[in-house]
Amino acid sequence: VSRGGIVARLVAALGGLRGLRRFQTSPRHREDKGGNDEAPGRVEEVPPPELDESSDPRAELIVALLLIAAAVGFAGFVVFYVAYDDTQLLGLCLGLGLVVAGVASALAGKRVVIQEKATDEYEDHGEPAEQRQVQNHLVEGKVGVTRRKLLFSSLAVVGAALGAAALAPVASLGPRVGRKVYETPWSEGKRLVDEKGVPISIDTLAEGEFVTGLPAGESLENLGSPVIVVRLAEDELELPEDRAGSAPAGFVAYSKICTHAGCAVSMLRSPKYEPTQPSPALVCPCHYSTFNPADGGSVEFGPAGRPLPQLPLRVAEDGSLEAAGGFYEPVGPSYGGIREDPDARPL
Amino acid sequence: VRRATQLMLAVGLLAAAIASAAMETPAAPAPPNGAGESEGRRLFVQGCSSCHGFDARGVENHGPSLIGVGEEAADFYLRTGRMPLDRPDEEPVRSDSPYDDEQIEALVDYVGGLGGPPIPSVHPEDGDLAEGQKLFTDHCAGCHQVVAQGGILPDSVVPDLGAANATDVAEAIHIGPYVMPTFDHLDESEVDDIARYVEYTHDPEDRGGWGLGHIGPIPEGMVAWLLAGAALLLAIRLIGERKTQ
Repeated sequence: VSRGGIVARLVAALGGLRGLRRFQTSPRHREDKGGNDEAPGRVEEVPPPELDESSDPRAELIVALLLIAAAVGFAGFVVFYVAYDDTQLLGLCLGLGLVVAGVASALAGKRVVIQEKATDEYEDHGEPAEQRQVQNHLVEGKVGVTRRKLLFSSLAVVGAALGAAALAPVASLGPRVGRKVYETPWSEGKRLVDEKGVPISIDTLAEGEFVTGLPAGESLENLGSPVIVVRLAEDELELPEDRAGSAPAGFVAYSKICTHAGCAVSMLRSPKYEPTQPSPALVCPCHYSTFNPADGGSVEFGPAGRPLPQLPLRVAEDGSLEAAGGFYEPVGPSYGGIREDPDARPL
Repeated sequence: VRRATQLMLAVGLLAAAIASAAMETPAAPAPPNGAGESEGRRLFVQGCSSCHGFDARGVENHGPSLIGVGEEAADFYLRTGRMPLDRPDEEPVRSDSPYDDEQIEALVDYVGGLGGPPIPSVHPEDGDLAEGQKLFTDHCAGCHQVVAQGGILPDSVVPDLGAANATDVAEAIHIGPYVMPTFDHLDESEVDDIARYVEYTHDPEDRGGWGLGHIGPIPEGMVAWLLAGAALLLAIRLIGERKTQ
């Protein structure tokens, strides 16, 4: 018997059991109720609901005030979001708003809406008298609330304020990516400097060391600016043929921005004795994307979908390092079609 | 404990193997600085030579040459218990050394005699804490975390610096143990700054409340959820009513 067959049989058996139970319980049920049998179809007169002011008007006012307070909280979120960028205040506003709105609805449920518990065994749904009774209950529930307008308008205000708070972060969506990932500050002859502005030369690093490089005189804010400069043993390099000469004296440079989610690639695995240790690798600390610095930045491990963009280097006459051109690949975190642009190779 | 026993067993076996090998070859290689066998040389032959070679020039695919690594590297690896290893391809991690302090000193003297840098002198008390944090963030935090609690790299473990003293820090910066890069471009005063910061992380000031072991935002978030969960349960109990039969 197939698995599906077993399941089908089980379901059928369950259905059968349920039916059996119903069949057994209904007659007995009827016997219990046998005492108060009235002729079906006889319409019993039920009076219209008495409109006693059972709801507490003070509670209604408090609920309305709480709703307005919640709205103030949500509005405060929007105001702080626009005017004063402090995440603690934002959280406080949103949190207070939600808590106060919650208290308001709990209070409304307990004190404003008429509470009535009824357990009714519906023998026959066709009785007009019972239907009338149910209708009356519903009407009473509505009528008992005296300041419906106030409550509903506070509800509308709180809804609008919460909606505004939810939509406010849309303002933070940045500008379109545009050509930023293709146009970086690097071009042929651009000097590499360290974080203090000191030029990086071939004497700066020994084999197995790394340093963060920046383009001399350019904005550090630019996504394409930071590179990670690693010195490897020259005989260890396995760069693609079209990148020959991009790594003078074993120096390779890669964009420091991970191609997965844009974190800073800040870890270098730098073995001292390769036969017993893992090979050199550049690693991003966010999700452990691991790139091979020896072969052009290919992905060895982790979620990154494309290699780390390599920046070709050359040595200037005074021994300092400079770019031999732009990156071989667009820099930055990846998105659909980033490599399909006709200018994706800006070198 | 299992690790320690394994280690002792391995060292014992190794010693036995080498002792029997030494008996078969009566002409044991002479120590580089001649005249009599020093304690350090004896320990080296016993515990290190299977990977680093009897002449300390390394054994292919087992261990690197120790000529020129100096007292600095020997002191770091032996004092922190990272050497000797059970297997040559194992990652050296901080552990209890099978050697006592005198034996370590003898071994460090022997390896230092083969040339190389001495044990660095570090002065964290002269270091600048703020500068140290900045340098640590720039150079070390990528792997060791800004709180110096370590982490992982694919295929290796980044050690927690909770047990590292100032000398360990300076030595590690210079030699780059295992797969850590070397940072020789940092000068002495910068090393002092970093050592000062690492010492600070052993007992940091917890502004804003509980440190929760300084293991990051995730456990802190979990505690927040726990507290929030309890508060929510309380609220639900207040709002709801018990169903009476």
